[in-house]
Amino acid sequence: MVRYAFYPGCSLDVSAVAYDESVKAVCAKLGVDLVPIADWNCCGATEYWGHDALIAQALIARNLARIDPELEQVTAPCAACYLNLAKVDRMMREVPAAAERVNRALAAGGLHYEPGRVRVRHLIDVLYEDVGRERLTEASTGSLDGLRVAPYYGCQVVRPFCDNDDSEQPVRMDEVLTWLGAEVVEYPVKSQCCGGHMSQISENEAFELIRRLLDCAHRSGAEVIACMCPMCQLNLDAYQGRVNHHFGTGYHLPVLFFTQVVGVALGIEHDVLGIGREIVPAREALRAHGATVVAAAEGGRDVP
Amino acid sequence: MTEVTLLEEVVADTPHGDRLRGCMQCGSCGGSCPNGAEMDHTPRALFAMLFAGQRDEVLSSNTMWQCVSCYSCTTRCPREIPITDLMYTLKRMAVGAGVARHSDAIALARVFTNMVERYGRSFEFGIATRYLLLHHPVAALKNAGLGLKMYGHGRMSLRPTRIESLDELHAIVDEARTIEFAERNPGGVTW
Repeated sequence: MVRYAFYPGCSLDVSAVAYDESVKAVCAKLGVDLVPIADWNCCGATEYWGHDALIAQALIARNLARIDPELEQVTAPCAACYLNLAKVDRMMREVPAAAERVNRALAAGGLHYEPGRVRVRHLIDVLYEDVGRERLTEASTGSLDGLRVAPYYGCQVVRPFCDNDDSEQPVRMDEVLTWLGAEVVEYPVKSQCCGGHMSQISENEAFELIRRLLDCAHRSGAEVIACMCPMCQLNLDAYQGRVNHHFGTGYHLPVLFFTQVVGVALGIEHDVLGIGREIVPAREALRAHGATVVAAAEGGRDVP
Repeated sequence: MTEVTLLEEVVADTPHGDRLRGCMQCGSCGGSCPNGAEMDHTPRALFAMLFAGQRDEVLSSNTMWQCVSCYSCTTRCPREIPITDLMYTLKRMAVGAGVARHSDAIALARVFTNMVERYGRSFEFGIATRYLLLHHPVAALKNAGLGLKMYGHGRMSLRPTRIESLDELHAIVDEARTIEFAERNPGGVTW
């Protein structure tokens, strides 16, 4: 089994702790060996790039440089973290002068990164390609039972560094969830933007972007939205009430991380997957498909 | 000696920025932008202004501050221009020139980068409170209930997490800053 360096990123420590919990539970169940990068630091998100370019690059490269030399691949579940790692690795490969500057900065901390040394992959690719259809299908307990899921990819997993899925209408999460027994609904806005940090700096603009995504999921008949980015989850879940208030709408769409949905399919207890941490509760939708029955039978502490 | 144009500066400060010179004004960028309606100028129009040498108008445009980093334009651009990265470059230049338009975006970036340099990690609660209380006291009230809900769901920590080797990180950050300063001031300018 291939071992992967693991970059969790700051959100998975706190606001997206459910992503962290479900990633670890799912990977343990599937035999995907994740080795956290020792003493990793923040990737700088999108903020650093507009603030100071070389510091942004060096902070990201510090994480790449700290990857265990025996490991050849790194995976990150957070979209922004994944993008940043992939972006700096590619920039250093393509622009030698930029790589030289970054390594001069790293050298002050006794570090060095050889461009291209590790392959940066999003976790969905590890599940799709390395675990693959056969093993996922075998591991499925059938507990998703046709749960209608809107697959929301957001921006930064599929653009611009993804070269193995479509950047406009990606399908990899659709396929993984379908293999596991979900009914993936048509969701044409699957790679449109949630507004990212706009919810912090220009609320009304963010609310309109969030509304479009909720509206499309609602009209497609989805019971839950599955996402792969902490910022997307925060915007669609935590701000859903304020969006409803702003537009006079009544959306009630639980937003789970795709790994939580995968975990339910694998029969992992809901508590272990961090289900219940979402602001718009998902338990009712899961219960409608009997998913809690499986969890309870395995000793889950499902809240009624 | 001829004056360095803003176009030359922007190109020099952006990896693959030289591709901007191949812009054919097709407008795919503006058409792709989820937030284009909020921009003073679409990226296409902004680049036309940049080619025309309208330094002040470009730097004081709100366009780059409305960019949501979705990379749609970058991915779709037929000339492979790194438009998102050019927006980051224009943000830095607008701040440097003292004409940046979106004070909230700048404030959030300052608070965020301060936290990261202090702890090595982001500190969401610290960022939210410091940024909102200082810049959006009304929004802070509106979001207080949300913050409590996040806390109640185990999604907010009141204490920051520090990385262990902060000295190493600070040495790297300081060196990066020194390199950039030296590049901007090749004659060894002192303050």
